[in-house]
Amino acid sequence: MLSYAEKIREIAGRLLSSGAVDMVIGFRQGTVPMMNEPHFAKTPAEVGKLVWDSHCGINLANYLTDRKEKIGIVAKGCDSRNIVTHVIENKIKREQLVVIGVPCKGMADKRRIAMKCPGEITEVIETETAITAAGNGFSQTFDKRDVLQHNCSLCIHRNPAIHDELVAELVEEQQGVDRYADVRSLEAMTPEQRWKYFEDLLAPCVRCYACRNACPLCYCPTCFVDESRPQWVGKGQDPSDVRTFHFLRAYHCAGRCTDCGACERSCPVGINMRVFTKKLEKDCLDLFGWEAGLSLDVRPPLDVYRPNDPNDFIK
Amino acid sequence: MEHMGIEPGRLQFSWISSAESTKFVEVVTQVTNAIKALGPNSDFTKKLAEVA
Repeated sequence: MLSYAEKIREIAGRLLSSGAVDMVIGFRQGTVPMMNEPHFAKTPAEVGKLVWDSHCGINLANYLTDRKEKIGIVAKGCDSRNIVTHVIENKIKREQLVVIGVPCKGMADKRRIAMKCPGEITEVIETETAITAAGNGFSQTFDKRDVLQHNCSLCIHRNPAIHDELVAELVEEQQGVDRYADVRSLEAMTPEQRWKYFEDLLAPCVRCYACRNACPLCYCPTCFVDESRPQWVGKGQDPSDVRTFHFLRAYHCAGRCTDCGACERSCPVGINMRVFTKKLEKDCLDLFGWEAGLSLDVRPPLDVYRPNDPNDFIK
Repeated sequence: MEHMGIEPGRLQFSWISSAESTKFVEVVTQVTNAIKALGPNSDFTKKLAEVA
């Protein structure tokens, strides 16, 4: 996986110098460890900054919305599915894109690593299978598989759904993953228990909207939470407003969410808001046999009418 | 909505043609009775800030 960086630079350099693309979107080292940031390379000289490691969790499809130039984009499995969704939703044209596919083995969860370390992490060194985090007076090594983001450990689409270039051989997909154990345990609760569960889940939310901003699906010019005429939802910290924001946002992702985990990753207080989107994802799979972003040729279930669409909820 | 913890039955969907006035009345009566039986929904009420 670490050799990917060189290959990405090589492909990016080739695409930029041949003029095939005007810009390559990838990752560069962040200012703090484990926080890689997006890098927009516009000249072959800027290609050198491109990196690849286990901290490239940001979903780069987010930066494609309504772009007009030709773009090369580095895409993991989830990114590629969101790129497909962007193309399907006419937010970018397929012809504008050169997708640099990255077969992915999962991204590290910086919170999980930080929690296991006694102090502030100032340096992180990564090998093929392990991550070593070091700081003032400590150094700890973790097996990568033990510190994966939760959504990555459940991922069944690690290889890019579409790609024009590949940086490495495709990786083996995880088999027999139980993706929806958490959703099922929620479904088994009584409504009161669920209400309480979500109340506790959302209690620390500060309404910073980082989850919305990190999400590649949230590209509305004016988000419903920012509208003031009409004002759909209150802007304060009232629990009913917080909840309204979260479940409406989730609904807007119905049939589109690829469980890339960008929302959870970006949350400053560590709320797992994926429990909302995962329920919708599970319903889409159960009711329509649909998984978002796998094909450019099939319209999403909420886009088309089929005579056999389930409608038992209508009395 | 029910997944979020709203009581089952508080949210209902019906399909009524503009020509089906009788069905409309029936459904409205039925829904009203069902919701009344559930009692007021206090989950989404905002409380005023308490001032000393």
